[in-house]
Amino acid sequence: MITGAEFCRLLVDCGFDFFTGVPCSLVKSVIAVLEERGGYIPETREDAAIGLAAGAAMAGKCPVVIMQNSGLGVCVNALASLTLMYRLPCLLLITWRGYQGNDAPEHLLMGEISPTLLATLRIPYRVLGAEAVPDSLQWAVKTLRQSSNPVALLLPPGVIQ
Amino acid sequence: MKLIDALRVIVPLFRDELVVHANGFISRESFHVEDRPGNFYMLGSMGLASSIALGVALNRPNQRVVVFDGDGNVLMNLGALALIGALQPANLVHVVFDNEVYGSTGNQRTISGQVALDEIARASGYRRVERVTTPVALQAATQEFLIQGGPSFLLVKIAPECEERKIGRIMHDPPQIAARFMTAIADRLPPMSNGQEGQ
Repeated sequence: MITGAEFCRLLVDCGFDFFTGVPCSLVKSVIAVLEERGGYIPETREDAAIGLAAGAAMAGKCPVVIMQNSGLGVCVNALASLTLMYRLPCLLLITWRGYQGNDAPEHLLMGEISPTLLATLRIPYRVLGAEAVPDSLQWAVKTLRQSSNPVALLLPPGVIQ
Repeated sequence: MKLIDALRVIVPLFRDELVVHANGFISRESFHVEDRPGNFYMLGSMGLASSIALGVALNRPNQRVVVFDGDGNVLMNLGALALIGALQPANLVHVVFDNEVYGSTGNQRTISGQVALDEIARASGYRRVERVTTPVALQAATQEFLIQGGPSFLLVKIAPECEERKIGRIMHDPPQIAARFMTAIADRLPPMSNGQEGQ
């Protein structure tokens, strides 16, 4: 397990400097730290957060969009016809509800198809493991910079305190 | 007043403004009136022009950012009005061309004839809100909004096009539109004090 504060420090150290999203309980400590730090923008919908991040990226920022995987469904078109089409880099930090089929019913199908959905969208992703958070973030930054496209980290329960 | 008439009034008033365009006829007509490097044409992702413009405005507080929006787009993302009202970006001017129809898909009605978008903007907390119906009033309001602090919301009531104008598509590739817009932002602005300019 890694604390929200430690995770945020790693994000900032990697060069991420614009944070927005829609909350999930799995990242409440991360959002709390970002809010405390100042500058986290609480969006109203995940696709609007993708739009906000697109504007931030074009203004020279390196944005992170935080969402639950339910929100991945909301922003499919925004990713396809904005972020991917215009080649705008963005880190998607997506919490993985419905992980391994253990969750409330509304999360089960989206939990099952989340990795496939990212692959279908041709968004490179990794599953965040508790032991490999710095490595995964380094991979995300490297991939973002090389491809000038979004990348995603899928965050299962029990990785961030 | 048609969309093209309104654009011919507004566009010549711009100097350094960055302009984020909603999809459909708004992008296409504006492209043909004057294509500027400071124009971003949103070709897909309907509803998100205001969110994109907000993302630019928050990170370039010394640069005025205009969004050319439509009634269908605004109704698709009313949360953006709420967020703009909450965050109060003084450099954002939100212009909505309201023809009460989805123009690009065959003039199907929107609900902006029943719901006053300017009242929603006012309730959301925009500092300045105006509704105009004539070119003269449009020119006066635009000149005022381009020098005063916002966020500002200008509702421009326009007539739906009766017949489809034979207007071409935008000639640039999407990555080229984005790259050109990014260069326009970077060129226009002195480096920010925190040294994060251009990452």
